[in-house]
Amino acid sequence: MHTPVTLLASAAIGVLSLSFWPAKAPGNLPQLVRLDPAPFSHRLDGDWQRDGGQVNAPIRSVQIPAPVEIMEMPVSTGDWMACVRDGACIAPGGPTDRPELPVTGVSWMDANAYAAWMTKRTGDTWRLPSDVEWAHAAAELFRDDALGVEADPANPAVLWLAEYNAEATRSRNLDREVRPVGSLNVNSLGVRDIGGAVWEWTSTCLRRVDVDGTGAVLREGETCGIYIAEGLHRAAINDFVRDPKSGGCSVGVPPANLGFRLVREAI
Amino acid sequence: MTMPSVSRRTILAGAALAGALSQVRTAAAETTAVLTSATPTDVESLPRVKVKLVDPPFVHEHEQIATGGPKVVQFEMTIQEKKIKLDDSGAEIWASTFNGTVPGPLMVVHEGDYVELTLINAPTNELMHNIDFHSATGALGGGALTQVNPGEKTILRFKATKPGVFVYHCAPPGMVAWHVVSGMNGAIMVLPRDGLKGRDGEPVPYDKLYYIGEQDFYLPRDEKGNWKTYASPGESYEDTVAVMKTLTPTHVVFNGAVGALTGDNAMTAKVGDRVAFVHSQANRDTRPHLIGGHGNYVWATGKFNNPPELGLETWFIPGGTAGLMVYTFEQPGIYAYVNHNLIEAFELGAAAHVKVEGEWNDDLMKQILAPSA
Ligand SMILES: [Cu+2]
Repeated sequence: MHTPVTLLASAAIGVLSLSFWPAKAPGNLPQLVRLDPAPFSHRLDGDWQRDGGQVNAPIRSVQIPAPVEIMEMPVSTGDWMACVRDGACIAPGGPTDRPELPVTGVSWMDANAYAAWMTKRTGDTWRLPSDVEWAHAAAELFRDDALGVEADPANPAVLWLAEYNAEATRSRNLDREVRPVGSLNVNSLGVRDIGGAVWEWTSTCLRRVDVDGTGAVLREGETCGIYIAEGLHRAAINDFVRDPKSGGCSVGVPPANLGFRLVREAI
Repeated sequence: MTMPSVSRRTILAGAALAGALSQVRTAAAETTAVLTSATPTDVESLPRVKVKLVDPPFVHEHEQIATGGPKVVQFEMTIQEKKIKLDDSGAEIWASTFNGTVPGPLMVVHEGDYVELTLINAPTNELMHNIDFHSATGALGGGALTQVNPGEKTILRFKATKPGVFVYHCAPPGMVAWHVVSGMNGAIMVLPRDGLKGRDGEPVPYDKLYYIGEQDFYLPRDEKGNWKTYASPGESYEDTVAVMKTLTPTHVVFNGAVGALTGDNAMTAKVGDRVAFVHSQANRDTRPHLIGGHGNYVWATGKFNNPPELGLETWFIPGGTAGLMVYTFEQPGIYAYVNHNLIEAFELGAAAHVKVEGEWNDDLMKQILAPSA
């Protein structure tokens, strides 16, 4: 996986970086934004099918089950390297010499190791947000990623061509620059850095839902080795993947980079 | 260093799914009809045959010359992720397999038949899989219609319009190469309805058929140079991709392991037997050669609408292709069937043996003076 040499080198860089990245010295808690349960309209996650053909997921009124506090900004490289120095995380796939950038090149497994480290360090419960929690936090910056094209039962290629065109449009407009945490945008809740070049892991497994013509759910199944990553659109990615560019996206166009932010369960 | 103690198998146990999720539709409009174009209604009325697949190097029973018209030939394969041993040096890999073997089973139909495959992704698996048939038309060879998560199954039907031997392989978006070099490939043979023919239309029947699936593997090593082992396919992914990108395989083997077709598992024949060898390589070029024999009839690129080459010494099968060779053994003895990149054959594993019994022919070869001083 990663050689000790790499680890040591990264740790050394991390130590150096502390001097000019004082905002998040280890021990300090990240800035949090509290989310309270309140209904909002949401395009549900997952692969939805009718008669074997892909359909848009329905929009439903949802709400988070309990209050949580979510990180205002994604976990930065500086934050991550503190976990590496503690021996609880491995070096990320992304750059390690820019502590102010969001950490990238982390798998779902890696992100969970970081959450476990935070939990151990603080005594509070830290975890990845669910799709609904992330969407609540993203608020007006959440992008509805529905294709808007329904499958033609007589011609599956109609959907493939529409998807291809949508993905080509997305990659044309993609902002590929990874910017320092906190600098991309801020929404009405005070949550920063929604969208952009970093996709964020969630705790939500990819689910496949079969519905009938009336939208009633006939069958639903989850694959908990593939998780939803949130960003300009939702992607479903195997939990061991760090670099989605070199593969791992099971549905849709691959995200540019993989990072994350955590929630703390309300005390 | 701590890795999260998430057991994916435990989580997956919660995912229960049954029933075919994908309604499969023929891409009839896309195919140029070789025989008669059939509407789905016609297909319903065709006779259906269920085939029980057999592990390579063997092949299920089949007719060389088809009796009757086109049929719907039903196959079923269960995808299994399993740890396999590549040699005796401790090299192990989490193979992804069609039906539990590397390569997957050889399927045989005739031109104009409909292949109907039920593809099951075992609930104990970790990964999504699908199947891309090089012999099928449309939907990325069927890949776009067959993506199955662990615990799901799908049924694909396609019309076999091109005669030849063809590769099939797994092709999940973003991870195609890794699945293919994890062993997830096999071959299908679409015979002309009236059987194999030579350049002058003469029949080219075979008495027996062996299926050789050549596979390149890319195994990571630790700092001491020992093979690394992993608790799951996903954990091996990143290291394996790094080795794959060197384009330097650590193993090139026939039928999933060094020595899988030698010794007790050597292929057998008798003098006078016409033996067909199907050879597939889903990822990398190969150059089969029968040491002490020849390729009497060779479709190196495997497609029966082209005349076979005759009497070859070595033939070239490009990566992503299956080829067919038919040879009639004329002398008894042990033959080596190799990839004639001899480093790949004898250092990396791509060698098989054929034990041939029968009477020696002095006319063909005779030792006049034994090695002597
Ligand atoms: Cu696969």
